[in-house]
Amino acid sequence: MKTELRILRRRSREEEPFWQSFIYEAEDANAAVSTALNALNSREELTDTEGRRADPIRWECSCLQKKCGACAMVINGRPALACDSKLSGLGPVVTLGPLRKFPVIADLITDRSAMREVLREMKIFLRAQTEVSESMTDIAYEASGCLQCGCCLEICPNFCTGGKFGGMAAALPAGRLIEEMDGEGREELLKEYRKRVYEGCGKSLACRDICPAGLDVEKLMVNSNAAAVWKALDFLRKKRHEV
Amino acid sequence: MEEINILGAGLAGLSAAITLAQGGQKCRLISAQSSERAQSVMAEGGINAALDLMGEGDSPELHFEDTMRGGAYLADEEAVRRLTFGAPDTVRWLAGLGVPFNMKDGRLVQRSFGGQKKKRTAYARSSTGKMIMSALIDECRKYECSGLVKRFDHHGFLGLNVREDSCLGLRARDIYSGEVMDFSGRVIMCCGGPAGLFPGLTTGTAANSGYAAARLFEQGVVFGNLEMLQYHPTTVAIPDKRCLVTEAARGEGGRLFIMRNGKRWYFMEEKYPELKNLMPRDVVAREMYFVRKEPDSSGEVMLDMTGLDGLVWRSRLPDLRAELIHYLGIDPAKEPVPVREGIHYFMGGIYTDIAHRTSLRGLYAAGECTCQYHGANRLGGNSMLGAVFGGRTAAEDILCDGDQAADFNGERDSGSVTENEPSDAVKLELGEILYSGLGIVRSAEGLCNALDRLDELEERRGTFPRTRLARAMLLSAMERKESRGAHYREDHPERDEKLGRPTLSRYKNGVIEVSIGEGFE
Ligand SMILES: Cc1cc2nc3c(=O)[nH]c(=O)nc-3n(C[C@H](O)[C@H](O)[C@H](O)COP(=O)(O)OP(=O)(O)OC[C@H]3O[C@@H](n4cnc5c(N)ncnc54)[C@H](O)[C@@H]3O)c2cc1C
Ligand code: SF4
Ligand code: SF4
Ligand code: FES
Repeated sequence: MKTELRILRRRSREEEPFWQSFIYEAEDANAAVSTALNALNSREELTDTEGRRADPIRWECSCLQKKCGACAMVINGRPALACDSKLSGLGPVVTLGPLRKFPVIADLITDRSAMREVLREMKIFLRAQTEVSESMTDIAYEASGCLQCGCCLEICPNFCTGGKFGGMAAALPAGRLIEEMDGEGREELLKEYRKRVYEGCGKSLACRDICPAGLDVEKLMVNSNAAAVWKALDFLRKKRHEV
Repeated sequence: MEEINILGAGLAGLSAAITLAQGGQKCRLISAQSSERAQSVMAEGGINAALDLMGEGDSPELHFEDTMRGGAYLADEEAVRRLTFGAPDTVRWLAGLGVPFNMKDGRLVQRSFGGQKKKRTAYARSSTGKMIMSALIDECRKYECSGLVKRFDHHGFLGLNVREDSCLGLRARDIYSGEVMDFSGRVIMCCGGPAGLFPGLTTGTAANSGYAAARLFEQGVVFGNLEMLQYHPTTVAIPDKRCLVTEAARGEGGRLFIMRNGKRWYFMEEKYPELKNLMPRDVVAREMYFVRKEPDSSGEVMLDMTGLDGLVWRSRLPDLRAELIHYLGIDPAKEPVPVREGIHYFMGGIYTDIAHRTSLRGLYAAGECTCQYHGANRLGGNSMLGAVFGGRTAAEDILCDGDQAADFNGERDSGSVTENEPSDAVKLELGEILYSGLGIVRSAEGLCNALDRLDELEERRGTFPRTRLARAMLLSAMERKESRGAHYREDHPERDEKLGRPTLSRYKNGVIEVSIGEGFE
């Protein structure tokens, strides 16, 4: 199966982007975009469809088994993991570009450190040692599965790098700990959750459909959302009393 | 105040960072990729500790014995004793950080794993590594917020800053900006196994390029047991790599067979009536290799998981089933899966003592890049344990010694500003050479051939840190003229009791030295 990969390239942050195409012939029916990128980069000499020599294509990967989130990029217009995108389902011409919500480093690599920054600002960590209770293991398990790949943020109409809204990639880790914590720490985290997730979210759930880890954001967030709303009402009620 | 440099942010690196921070010690967590991308997130089956929650009378002593026997008595006995006796606390510590281990009636459940006589493996369905990593990442964030841990993601290791026999710090390059940074202070290497030496041939991540280990070797650090590679018996080929079918599949009741004269032959059950399909990995892998070669057997070895009940698939192995359907189009609940041996773990690595100190003062190492716990064969569930316990142990030793800023703050490495690496094509070729020499069954002839091919490759494309480390691996396998654990020599099929000592190797004055048991002056 012959595929043309049309890649939006950029040597560095400072340089202008340009398109470059390569032909890849898959031997394996299950070959993915990652298979093609690895194969192209392993050629003794990489040439594009015009016969020009090309530099190796820069992209990030690690597990090659959709377990680490490194290889997120825009494939045929949609954010996806390169190692989870089989060529057979993508047509004869496949376009690849970097995620658009994050600063580009080179070619298909973007700097997603803003995601980590949000988690720090929200102080997402346990305040004291806590074991997960048996009834909560299912939710904790699912919510711990977030790859921090950023696909959900790419598609989210309300997320922008450096902004206040943390999106699903912040909601999941926060939600998990909200379930596990109690006391003041939980209140603190709920407040952050309300401010940086709940209030900014339009609930269109575009993020759920795109999540390569198949995390059901809606289901996982039911409790945190309920707690956030309940707290908000509680807060309003208190306000009214004060008046 | 001295800042400690941790290279690698997987289980070992995170455990070290958290322990240092808990002791009030500042540290830097430097890694080529962020923790979410570390190979540790791929670990599936579980982590061992003799918690004895299954009412089988398990004890750390039995865990110790299984680990020593499983490793064919090549592991450091004192280190293994500490590891196994420290295991229950380690797993309790993880549970206290919110790891969602599988539970029943308010207590952790433990499952069977290869080479162990008791149910000893605590697990979180079939994504134990990811679950532990998520909890450690959160815990580490606490100290990032308080300023005790500073993260340097996307920083590739360039080399140590060495003066005489001391390590004064390390040099790394920001992969995004190209900027070269020197970090002074003691170093803990937590860079994982060198899976990148075998592109496409391992179950792990090629992002653990092997460059860090290769540079350390080039800089004179002593390595041990480099010939000891673990082939996992049950892996399947997917387009980019080998994909693991966790040992838990057999722990939960999966059975290996091959067709012989038109009938299923459950060879492991017939040959090893006690542990059956759960013999240590080296034994199972070798048996598979040999039964395929039997004249009246045909086809691949198959793993039959059709007998597992629905509850097991739902609550204990859900990800495995989804993965096999996705990659192979085979539903393991309905039909057997063809499996082959694949490179899975590196028992060999940086040589350390029980406190995780290396041959250089001020340099520590922990996790899969080291060699003291697993000897000639690693038991499933012991490596996550070794990584977490090892990271914590190294950090505790540093905390004990107190601030040593005066000692470990020296001149800068005037060395490299980029990685000294060949092209991907050369890396592929090198991987094939190593694979040809270091298969499941080895011989002097095969190793000589591989060394000849390596000579030719270096002549054609140059010598690199990774070609040197590769050579040390082949020479170590050559030196060990016996069969022990994962190292099987068809020209020396018996174990030689005199060789029950680690194979040490180092690079000095332009020469690779290898010795068994004698040590270096
Ligand atoms: C598929 C699979 C399943 C497994 N299942 C189990 C299991 O069930 N139970 C078990 O006990 N073990 C299991 N293991 C083994 C276990 O996961 C690993 O041995 C363990 O997680 C290693 O942890 P680590 O911290 O040493 O290394 P890693 O998690 O590999 O981390 C290495 C770190 O070093 C960094 N690094 C590497 N090279 C460089 C460089 N040149 N410059 C800068 N940074 C660098 C990486 O970015 C990373 O942060 C499994 C392994 C695999 C592959
Ligand atoms: S539901 Fe919509 S607005 Fe909310 S995080 Fe998902 S994509 Fe963004
Ligand atoms: S929620 Fe899903 S899409 Fe978003 S970062 Fe996590 S794994 Fe990726
Ligand atoms: S490389 Fe890990 S998700 Fe694709």
